Amino acid sequence: MSKKLKIKQKTEAYVSTTNACKLCKPLGACIAFRGIEGTVPFLHGSQGCATYMRRYIISHFREPIDIASSSLSEKHAVYGGGPNLKKGILNVMDKYGAKVVGIATTCLTETIGDNVSGLLKEFKEEFGDKELPTLLNVSTPSYSGTHIEGFHATVRAVIDQLVESETVEPKTSSQSPGVGAGLFTSEQTEKDSSETRPYILNTSKVNLLPGLVSPADIRYLKEVLDDFNCPGTILPDISETLDAPAQMDYEKIPEGGTPIAAIQLMGHSDATIEFGQVLQRTGNSGGQLLAERCGVPLYALGMPIGLRECDRFFEALEEVSGCATPRKHQLERGRLVDAYVDSHKYLFGKRVVVYGEEDLCVGLTAFLAEIGMKIVLCASGGNSGQFQDAINAVTSDIVSEPPIVKEGFDFYEISEEIESLDPDMLIGTSKGYSLTKKQQIPLIRVGFPIHDRFGGQRMLHLGYRGTQNLLDRIVNAIIEKKQADSPVGYGYL
Amino acid sequence: MEPVIFQEREKQIHRKGNQPFDLECNKDSLAGAVSQRACVFCGSRVVLYPIADAVHLVHGPIGCAAYTWDIRGALSSGPELHRLSFSTDLQERDVIFGGEKKLYQALTELIDRHHPNAAFVYSTCIVGIIGDDLEAICRRVSQEKNIPVIPVKSEGFKGNKRAGYNAACTAMFRLVGTGDTTGISPRSINILGDFNLAGEIWIIREYFERMGVQVVANITGDGRVGDIARSHGAALNVVQCSGATMDLAKMMKEKYGTPFLRVSYFGVEDMAEALYKVARFFEDDPEILKRAQDLVREELTLLYTKLQEYRKDLQGKKAAIYVGGAFKAFSLVKAFRLIGMDVVMVGSQTGTSEDYRELHEVTDEGTIIVDDSNPLELSAFLKEKDVDIFVGGVKERPIAYKLGLGFCDHNHERKEALEGFLGMVNFAKEVHSTVMSPVWRFVPRKNQALNSSSG
Repeated sequence: MSKKLKIKQKTEAYVSTTNACKLCKPLGACIAFRGIEGTVPFLHGSQGCATYMRRYIISHFREPIDIASSSLSEKHAVYGGGPNLKKGILNVMDKYGAKVVGIATTCLTETIGDNVSGLLKEFKEEFGDKELPTLLNVSTPSYSGTHIEGFHATVRAVIDQLVESETVEPKTSSQSPGVGAGLFTSEQTEKDSSETRPYILNTSKVNLLPGLVSPADIRYLKEVLDDFNCPGTILPDISETLDAPAQMDYEKIPEGGTPIAAIQLMGHSDATIEFGQVLQRTGNSGGQLLAERCGVPLYALGMPIGLRECDRFFEALEEVSGCATPRKHQLERGRLVDAYVDSHKYLFGKRVVVYGEEDLCVGLTAFLAEIGMKIVLCASGGNSGQFQDAINAVTSDIVSEPPIVKEGFDFYEISEEIESLDPDMLIGTSKGYSLTKKQQIPLIRVGFPIHDRFGGQRMLHLGYRGTQNLLDRIVNAIIEKKQADSPVGYGYL
Repeated sequence: MEPVIFQEREKQIHRKGNQPFDLECNKDSLAGAVSQRACVFCGSRVVLYPIADAVHLVHGPIGCAAYTWDIRGALSSGPELHRLSFSTDLQERDVIFGGEKKLYQALTELIDRHHPNAAFVYSTCIVGIIGDDLEAICRRVSQEKNIPVIPVKSEGFKGNKRAGYNAACTAMFRLVGTGDTTGISPRSINILGDFNLAGEIWIIREYFERMGVQVVANITGDGRVGDIARSHGAALNVVQCSGATMDLAKMMKEKYGTPFLRVSYFGVEDMAEALYKVARFFEDDPEILKRAQDLVREELTLLYTKLQEYRKDLQGKKAAIYVGGAFKAFSLVKAFRLIGMDVVMVGSQTGTSEDYRELHEVTDEGTIIVDDSNPLELSAFLKEKDVDIFVGGVKERPIAYKLGLGFCDHNHERKEALEGFLGMVNFAKEVHSTVMSPVWRFVPRKNQALNSSSG
């Protein structure tokens, strides 16, 4: 039995893209900025980009997201977008009272060559007399990379621009980090202040960089950190900002998000835990920057989906917190293994296609391999060059026949590929729906965007609990299909 | 209440009352104001997208194509090429060295693969900057493949959605006049400005056919390249919507002398008037008018009782409207009146002075009229007027829901047919289902109002 991965190169690359399995870079930036407290995302480009991305994000999260734009017109494209950028920031300050403006470039402003960092410096000099918000910026030309790269680039840029690498002065209480994060208790503050670095009010032990996961996933991660009694800074934190409760009013800037003060102190945490097998391989991550610049040890993990990747996450938490995994989570793990056993015959050998963002695909693949499903294709619109290795890393010890792995793929290519693969189901975003409709097989909706179902923002994928949810959905989809196809229509399955 | 109106935007907002009406519009969106507007590309894509037997290739980075992939629900009775999202997916090296070669290859590839009857190539912001010669590439491929390959000059930054309508009409006008007009009846029309969302154009076509009027081309819902090519053979253009296809009608009038009428298919009054207008145009055949009258009577009999039931519940409730084009807003104002509701705010992304003047005429005292608004303003207006329902598109929905009030999607993405007499019933039903839902009693705003009024 060969354990060597059979990785097909993209032999017949099409020139055009049909039904892309990716979105553009600034969209990822907008979502990441949305997860920082008090931030208004701002696209430096023409009006359409901001409006299209708002519409797209709204359709998944069913939440408002106000993305400002410098609304460039033809003359700005010729003479530079600086004046509109500055005017736009002033307007956002004025009407939104933003504490932070998160500025991402678009293909237009990258190509006309606007130097945003320089413009922001000018802005600060020109309007130094006003109380200015924190201005963050990230370069996200949409012709190089995908939305997930825009997301990660933003996390890294935020760390780059905010994290204090030098010894910090004591903070006044109003600047104390963690307000609103729900992870910091006065007890911990006291405990920390008696430790070796008493002058730092960094109550956060661990930085957690989860990548683009759902608000429900973030809430789960907070709960896990709480259970480990391990205060942490999660960046970004969209758990409230993109899944807010009903409120009295239309909130200009929703509550929640990672506090700026907490981000500034991330260099003083004991460790960083960062998810993403592919992300780690690109050598460009926020966690890596924290390690290089501030010496924060990095736990570079895959997305915690499936037993093995979750075990690694919980082991890391045990090390960082010094606590054993609480019984609650041990029980969740135990129930998951029990469910693996209960479900195994439904799943063994079932042929599955996974597509979407590379890291999410890798996480899902790690899990699907464990439950005996036959992963016949892993496809992504991303083009990191690392996808194959990452899939290899999570499957080589468990699957007998490795999956075909395709980078830079679109749905037209996936459609062609599955003609011969004869899958039993697809797992990925809503965008695969037309394929599963044609094949008359189930689609398990995971990732972004999910805009043909309700509750995408509340979908839990991470941890033993999230894996359990996924497992239940997959098994039930198979049972439902079997029931529908059966002339008898068994009532017991 | 803290001021949410940008000083620069004050003249784009009017409250109907004592002061004379003078609303500014057709301006660039204010930087940083979170306009609800899209761009030139969006405008042209909306108009051309439903032409179902053409390849629609977006020349640019992936976003522009990805965000417009099959979002509209424009149905086709045959080919469905329009539901695919084609892009040249420009990469960094294309931006540096130019995207012409890639465009040529992509076009050739897609035409060979899908055998379309035409191809539309949309230019995006970046193509305008790097200066690819779309015209030359399209001409070349057109000669090689022997189908029309038409550039659409839709660089996003070159104005707003309205400019995109013009780009789309200019592109379509290249097709008009290239087809054979034999077999076209002297009592024939083209339907312009309907996009067949949820099959709406099929409802409208059926009305016209029942009247004995031939429909030559649907422009563009359920549209076909061949029909548009011969559309200059029709006796009349019937144009709906806020001028999305008005430019085409004007061009056809100038070159082919085809007269046009402006109509709306929303609401009972406007729908009936649309049919009568067309019937009156063909006055040489009085049977057409008679059949139109019969049709309206039949349809009204069917819908009248249903509307009365909804009206009973909805009487006196308040509505706010914010839509892409202002023309649709006129019909909505009337449609709300028909079900007993008052419109207290109305606005659009791209209305013209004439549009707003007309809106001013048809609305009640105190109504807020607004051009190119944004979430902060809209939410302030909704609260001030304490409305029961907000009508808009996907971007307006969360504003309504967060404020705890009803919502009806009346934009290009709607999946329910709202046109025609049947559409009026659907509309009333949808309005009823959101306004009368018990969920609002649980939202914080209403909750507090209830508590304070009882306490």
